[in-house]
Amino acid sequence: MLSNFAYVQPQSLKAALKQLETPEARLHAGGTDLLGCLREGIFGAKKIVSISGLNAFKGVRETSNGGLRIGALTTITQVERHPAIRSRFRALSQGAGEVASPQLRNQGTIGGNICQKPRCWYYRGEFHCLRKGGERCYAVGGENQYHCIFGGENCFIVHPSDTAPPLVALEAVVRIVGPQGTRSVPVSRFHVPPSEDFRQETVLAPDEMVTEIILPPAPSGLRSSYRKVRARRAWDFSLAGMALAITFKDNTVQKARVVFSGVAPVPWRSKEVEVAITGRRLDKETVARAADAAVREAEPMEKNGYKISLLRGVVEEELLAAQSGESPG
Amino acid sequence: MEFDETKIKMSVTRRGFLTTMGVGAAVAVTGRYASGASSDETVMLPEEMAKIRLHVNGRVHRLLVEPRWTLLFVLREKLGLTGTKVGCERGECGACTVLMDNIPRYACMTLAVEAQGFEITTLEGLMKGEDLGRVQEAFLEHDAFQCGYCTPGQIMAAEGLLKDDPEPSPDAIRRGMSGNLCRCGAYTHIFEAVDEAGKRKRGKS
Repeated sequence: MLSNFAYVQPQSLKAALKQLETPEARLHAGGTDLLGCLREGIFGAKKIVSISGLNAFKGVRETSNGGLRIGALTTITQVERHPAIRSRFRALSQGAGEVASPQLRNQGTIGGNICQKPRCWYYRGEFHCLRKGGERCYAVGGENQYHCIFGGENCFIVHPSDTAPPLVALEAVVRIVGPQGTRSVPVSRFHVPPSEDFRQETVLAPDEMVTEIILPPAPSGLRSSYRKVRARRAWDFSLAGMALAITFKDNTVQKARVVFSGVAPVPWRSKEVEVAITGRRLDKETVARAADAAVREAEPMEKNGYKISLLRGVVEEELLAAQSGESPG
Repeated sequence: MEFDETKIKMSVTRRGFLTTMGVGAAVAVTGRYASGASSDETVMLPEEMAKIRLHVNGRVHRLLVEPRWTLLFVLREKLGLTGTKVGCERGECGACTVLMDNIPRYACMTLAVEAQGFEITTLEGLMKGEDLGRVQEAFLEHDAFQCGYCTPGQIMAAEGLLKDDPEPSPDAIRRGMSGNLCRCGAYTHIFEAVDEAGKRKRGKS
């Protein structure tokens, strides 16, 4: 049985924001991560503010300039299946399709997916770790086979989302509403690395919420894809993965956004790979150089060195597939 | 969402009537029920019971619940619908799978208050009197279980899959059933049963 909490389901954004002002209020969208965190005692909640009744933030709309606005309460299944996302922003559809299990995709929302709490087993377990207000990160010198090889500092989680890396690659923007009004933050700056603050996963304040995710129009020649490697076909989180958004011109890479999943505490943009492939055809030589560049800055822990060769393989395979057009989109 | 009251009245059975009365006795039966107890934005307080109504297997149940109660808890402990099983209670095993508006979800990860306004179907809702549903029959014929504990969840996942995709490819079956674990490892037979149920459904409809 969960601990006691009050519950309210506001019918307007304004009312929801007012309810969120309650100390220790927690937002409920799909509820899948929230209920898990409450059960596992990751945090408590005095009041659950459910925004599941805010229909204005469900569904996908075209923007006037050819992009898309995705309501934060759109389910992962709806994101995966949406025809415009499938055809124009394939990486996002693929990422959504890789999330958790069918039941969780049917319930979880895109807004919730990018706001997930980490899956580190010390954090989720009974350990009072640094991120939960404790003294140390137990993954250091501990069982760190699923931890990060990039961006670790104080805390060594990996970011669990499969939709955030494609959103960063596709240059999406998060719309955030709070008591001060509305602000827009690129998804690439939405997540907070532990080097900046190891207690916070996103830039959201407790009284703010994500209302929409906006995709800019897809440039012509865009091929985007998301690949996730994991130990088990369902449920599992990424061991190493990559979202690609490459604009080709005459079969040459004109512009590239490359974002890794499963290897860093935030969706990890690899400018090294981007530089290695921009202006080039993705032939074997270029791809091998890109794979070298991908892992050059990696700092593996005692038990996750395997992620380096895994990531190399993902980079090589996906870049070759992108050149051959096997990942059109 | 408005419920189809005619359909509901027609499907009232003696047992269902008693169950409804049993759990709803403390609630004023007149009174206007909104689809959500909190749709007027009143806060349900912890430890206090609030009125909700759930539409389960074609019937409306008026209930008093605590905000923290899950749909799984309410189905089993308050409505006596024990076909829905308690497994991991963390959204990982699928034993508690039910349909909400024909879409499979985990009842353990859903608060009962959040299930208002949905048409909920549990294993019991697949029965036609004493007859089994098509997926249930296929599971029986294909011996798609050993201990049977995960079976209700597997069957609900299969029902949801076939409603969404009446002609699932082998890959679509594997993917559609991937949110349900079977510790006995009856996966091969489960796959065959779902495949068969799909074919049978297409043949008859």
